[in-house]
Amino acid sequence: MFRTIEFRLSGSGGQGLILAGVILADAAIREGKNAVQAQSYGPEARGGASKAEVIISEGEIDYPKVVLPDVVLAMSQDAANKYAGKVKKGGLLIVDNTYVKNVPPTPARVYVFPISRLAREKVGKEMVANIVALGILAGLTGAVSRQALEQALLSRIPKGTETLNMQALEAGFEMAKASSVKVPA
Amino acid sequence: MSDVVEMARLMQGNEAVVEGALAAGVRFFAGYPITPSTEIAELMAERLPGLGGKFIQMEDEIASMAAVIGASLAGVKALTATSGPGFSLKQENIGYAAMAEIPCVIVNVQRWGPSTGIPTAPAQGDVMQARWGTHGDHPVIVLCPASVREAYMLAIRAVNLSEKYRVPVILLMDEVIGHMRERVVLPRAGEVEVIERKKPAVEPKDYYPYRPDDDGVPPMANFGDGYRYHVTGLVHDEKGNPTTDPQVAESLILRLHRKIYDHLDDVVTVEGYQLEDAEVVVVAYGAVARSAKRAVKDARAAGIKAGLFRPVTIWPFPEKEVAELAGRVRHIIVVEMNLGQLKGEVERAVQGRVRVTGVNRLNGELITFDEILSAIKEVTTDAQSG
Repeated sequence: MFRTIEFRLSGSGGQGLILAGVILADAAIREGKNAVQAQSYGPEARGGASKAEVIISEGEIDYPKVVLPDVVLAMSQDAANKYAGKVKKGGLLIVDNTYVKNVPPTPARVYVFPISRLAREKVGKEMVANIVALGILAGLTGAVSRQALEQALLSRIPKGTETLNMQALEAGFEMAKASSVKVPA
Repeated sequence: MSDVVEMARLMQGNEAVVEGALAAGVRFFAGYPITPSTEIAELMAERLPGLGGKFIQMEDEIASMAAVIGASLAGVKALTATSGPGFSLKQENIGYAAMAEIPCVIVNVQRWGPSTGIPTAPAQGDVMQARWGTHGDHPVIVLCPASVREAYMLAIRAVNLSEKYRVPVILLMDEVIGHMRERVVLPRAGEVEVIERKKPAVEPKDYYPYRPDDDGVPPMANFGDGYRYHVTGLVHDEKGNPTTDPQVAESLILRLHRKIYDHLDDVVTVEGYQLEDAEVVVVAYGAVARSAKRAVKDARAAGIKAGLFRPVTIWPFPEKEVAELAGRVRHIIVVEMNLGQLKGEVERAVQGRVRVTGVNRLNGELITFDEILSAIKEVTTDAQSG
């Protein structure tokens, strides 16, 4: 079987999760892998539930939706409540405890980071919490290389925000490196 | 890095439609943005001015269709994009384009309906509307992509067919294919065939705008090139002037059909997967065909002789191809995100020779491969026990 990793990035509209998913998939393609990114969102531009899904595979990807993710990122309490239970056994659940106060029961290994707070306080803008999260995802899973992720990031952000975004990515990788596994609740 | 890796990129289905249309020579877009087709309008607005084209956001859907018809009459390849509710509103002018033989492409990225339904959820409920949405006994061509790359290729093909046959062509997408992003390697510029409409070879005084060549298609002069002629939705003679003459009316409507139905080998394309020895065949189109392909792979792994038949052209319906299939398989399963719109056509082509069942769901989510695999297993077990 080909190696396939499924990601679900969940939170609220406006947190940039779809962009994060796009950058992750873009990075995988830069490394010669296959990737599909799909999304679901409500009619609102801000607020409301938002979810981006990414499948990275060394083989052909027929069914374009995530079935049971290996990795779930939850950046809101609602998202954690909805998706914490739907992760592969032994997979990863990464939560942003800026907004997720209670981690629901999950079959996954849980990592807790103050993603949005750190983006705000250390990088200077909460807006880049999605990029901090990307650094964490890549750092913890090794699904894409840092080099490919940086290239993908730079190709998908507005001019003038390069430094800010690269700092955010760096902060994410640092967090991943310093992290320790939390035992499932 | 190999050449292919360098050429590979992550692209969205709607983005692929824009790039394909531009590669085919589309230089005019008029529309009224609507989810889940909005990215097509956004990207056209970004890309067209740089290519010397025009983008107009119109006041509504039917006006967008009218502007597309006008642009095409002036000699510019023109396209509009919409979704279900907007598609309904365009219908009157789609009929006008069919009657007056104006090449144009309408992209419908289907969402859950009827009415405004669920704007961000996929469905395939517009299959019959794409065929019969405008009134009258008109011909139309409808193409249905199942991947981002195919959205690109079929956008080109839609423009080509509309120019070649002077007919409105509908690119019938669904939200999944429109919004998903995946890895594509697109053909290089110059590697795709681009068709231009036939121009008159005669002087303006000798021009009959609706006198067909042997292929049933009349050459088309650009408005503004000195060929003065009348364009109407009324039944018209070869000069383009209105008439109620029964003979003219009948020969016109028959020619409009003939110019498409005499060229089915050119117009209709289908794709088969593992059909050679298949006993159970899944018929699926659009995003659902991807679930179906996975289900067929899983069924094969379980020792079941399953195959996939995917109509790429859904109108005209590939009747001959489905009839041929019916002669050599045991069971056909039609999978759709509607309650069985294309299934009726499959049954018509099959004429009772094999059993046809459906897997249908429309709760706003893509039908999964597991559901299709269960259906395949069920009919296989039935066949063994029966």
